[in-house]
Amino acid sequence: MRRIGIDVGGTNTDAVLIDDGKVVQGVKVATTADVTSGVAAAIEALDLSANLTAGIDALMIGTTHFINAVVQRRHLTKVAVIRIALPATSSLPPFTDWPAGLAELANGGVWQIEGGHDYDGRRFATLDIAAARQTAREISNRGLKYVVVNALFSPLDPSDEKAVAAILREEIPDVSVTCAHLLGGIGLLERENAAILNASLIALAEETITAFEHAKSRVGLNAPLFVTQNDGTVAEASRAAAYPVFSFASGATNSMRGAAYLSGLKEAVVVDVGGTTADFGHLRNGFPREANAVVHIGGVRTLFRMPDLVSIGLGGGSHVDLDGGTIGPLSVGYRLSKEALVFGGNSVTATDIGVAAGLIDLGDRKRVAHITADEVSGILRRCKEMLEENVDRMKTSAEDVTLIAVGGGAFLVPEELQGVGRVVRVQHGGCANAVGAAIAQVSGEVDQVFQGLTRDEAVASARKLADTRAVEAGAESASLALVEAEDTPIAYLPGNAMRVRVKVVGDIRSTRIEKAAKEKVACQSVS
Amino acid sequence: MRQLSPEDIEALSVGAWILGTGGGGSPYHALLNLRRFYNDGVRINLIDPDELHDDDAVAVVSVMGAPLVFQERLVDSRLIARAVSAMEEHLGRKFRAVMPVEIGGGNGMQSLLAAVHLKIPVVDADAMGRAYPEAQMTSFAVGNLAPYPLTSIDPRGNEAIVGKTPSWKWMERVSRKLCTEFGSIVATCKAPRTGAEVKKWAIPRTTSKAINLGRAVVEANRQHADPIAAILKAESGKLLFSGKVVEVERRTTEGFLRGRTVIEGLGGNHGSQIRIDFQNEWIVVWRDGQAVVSTPDLICVLDSESGEAIGTETIRYGQRTTVIALPAAPVFLSPRGLDHVGPRAFGYDIDFKSVFCS
Repeated sequence: MRRIGIDVGGTNTDAVLIDDGKVVQGVKVATTADVTSGVAAAIEALDLSANLTAGIDALMIGTTHFINAVVQRRHLTKVAVIRIALPATSSLPPFTDWPAGLAELANGGVWQIEGGHDYDGRRFATLDIAAARQTAREISNRGLKYVVVNALFSPLDPSDEKAVAAILREEIPDVSVTCAHLLGGIGLLERENAAILNASLIALAEETITAFEHAKSRVGLNAPLFVTQNDGTVAEASRAAAYPVFSFASGATNSMRGAAYLSGLKEAVVVDVGGTTADFGHLRNGFPREANAVVHIGGVRTLFRMPDLVSIGLGGGSHVDLDGGTIGPLSVGYRLSKEALVFGGNSVTATDIGVAAGLIDLGDRKRVAHITADEVSGILRRCKEMLEENVDRMKTSAEDVTLIAVGGGAFLVPEELQGVGRVVRVQHGGCANAVGAAIAQVSGEVDQVFQGLTRDEAVASARKLADTRAVEAGAESASLALVEAEDTPIAYLPGNAMRVRVKVVGDIRSTRIEKAAKEKVACQSVS
Repeated sequence: MRQLSPEDIEALSVGAWILGTGGGGSPYHALLNLRRFYNDGVRINLIDPDELHDDDAVAVVSVMGAPLVFQERLVDSRLIARAVSAMEEHLGRKFRAVMPVEIGGGNGMQSLLAAVHLKIPVVDADAMGRAYPEAQMTSFAVGNLAPYPLTSIDPRGNEAIVGKTPSWKWMERVSRKLCTEFGSIVATCKAPRTGAEVKKWAIPRTTSKAINLGRAVVEANRQHADPIAAILKAESGKLLFSGKVVEVERRTTEGFLRGRTVIEGLGGNHGSQIRIDFQNEWIVVWRDGQAVVSTPDLICVLDSESGEAIGTETIRYGQRTTVIALPAAPVFLSPRGLDHVGPRAFGYDIDFKSVFCS
């Protein structure tokens, strides 16, 4: 398998070529305003001769485009929302607790109709088909194309969402429907929020994926395109275009997956020191540990399974105050190559300290000769304290951990740290994020309530369902492995009720790769 | 009588969650409902128990159910109001005011939602001073007041009235059965009280107490001060332990979430561990095999940084927590009170010794 992995960040676009599991090459180019040319430049920088291009099996790209669109309130489309839960929930309609500015951009209208289910799978209320059809016509008359459908307890029984989606397709020819049960588990508002964000981003996602495809053809690459997901796996381009919210957290996740792959370690704390921030995460079983809590995206409350990260303002571009002995959180960011002392600029940065300390060799060393040894060791001591404090925050027991240091600013991580058994550095660590993209697998996930089964039976049922979903997403069934299983009993519910969450991952099926290569990306609406 | 400000409502949601002692359900959805009303200019009045006339009728409200079901069904303000109206219809008289059965968790705010629709004030009192898992764990039960009648309401038009039960325990059994049948979530109006009964048996000024607690946390966070120190100061609490969650074990039995969590010490507590057992709420703290705190003392597990409460449903591995105790309402420290809510009421054969009596 020869793959190209690309990570499109705010400052740099990194690319690696992986052949038979080994990193052959890694490059960094500046991120460009238009998506196509930056990605094309990164692939070209990999210096693939024409006959090699033909031998690439897959192109995997991670991007921060979609989350940035939400945070920056740009490129969002108006969405119609149908909630199927009356006579319940009406006092908290869709868009409750959204930041006003964002709601204004995304809210194309809200409809609530009767229907949905109970926690035990029984019907809550009969689905009001007539109201659904009437709603579809009103949405059509308003000229809205992107619609969210969210039903009470749909993660347990999605039939009402599916029925209303079918009606929408009958009434609105080119409609794009996002069914909430495919976007989240239990938690009506949070699932709805995720679905609305998703529907609002589909137009941008289609555009972005098309731009990636253009970049591919510009450099003469004929491999299928995959996009990295929040959980460190990948999705085919067409699926990624339909579910942009699952590609929110690619950068940090990819770095951690890359760190796991390059080091061969499955259990460790990872620190990715970039230009502006250092991100700390915890690898469990080779995957980032996920935050088991509410995640706010651009001020919107969701329950996305995102990696559990701590970010601090410490990176290669961090401003240094020699008098105060402090570093960060402000950074010169992408202006590092102009503003750092060693590059002829006037700002004292972490990179300058690294050069003065002899940790790295960049630019003109003479320009930092005036910084005293005491000043240098003072700043490095402060760095060490910041790193120690945050490694400790990620730890789940008192034992020493292994720390993998990756990213362009990893020179700031010393060999000896309190609470760390050893510091591991890896070749190509500067492009760990692109490596993480290149090696990503496919996943299948289940999160639902089971009743009347023993714990083992419930977990087994969930596992079977997760396997099926992974294979549907393009995994090789023989390679499937369980990466997460969690079961929580539920108070007040009869019949030994428990909520089971299971995730499996597997390698990409090669037939899938051939098939995807033959197909042009068809961005269909979600069914 | 005083009017609650928008800031009071925000503070109440934080304070009520702390007084939930791990249970009582998150106040988030109730808060969202209240914010909508407050944005429309609605205001709620809080009256002191002393302002009640002896023969005033006071509605006692709560929502019962599984926290997971709340996440889907949310909180509908009209439903809790309907539970009160149904009781008015059953009794043939109007209520002067409404009060929460428990101040802890989401139920500490439900009475406010009923008050909005019914246009009556909320009494600054409750019957637990915290959250407890069962109907007989109230000051009204300790006072041997009548446990009936009860209305139990779901949004589909199911309205059950339990006219009479021989004991609070029976009321608990019957109301839980109804709750399960209605989808594991109901709004209830329980055993209404007279003004005289409220003045004699309710735990006074707990809504104000929750608001003060919440305000202490919000204020401390705003000034980047220590929110936990602010809580301890506001309520004369006791700091018990600080550390990281290293183990959580949960199981559902008889409709309760039971289990335990183990917290490993950090900082000053480095090298030692505590275990906390829970039954919906935090019940007993163990250290070196000894029970060091138990109900009715309030055991609150807080996020070490933000001072926000952590629930028994949501506590997880790796969280940094600070465990504190707050004093219980005096009514529960009597022998009768301990019969209802002491450690033996939860199946622990240990004697209650308050951490505030040493």
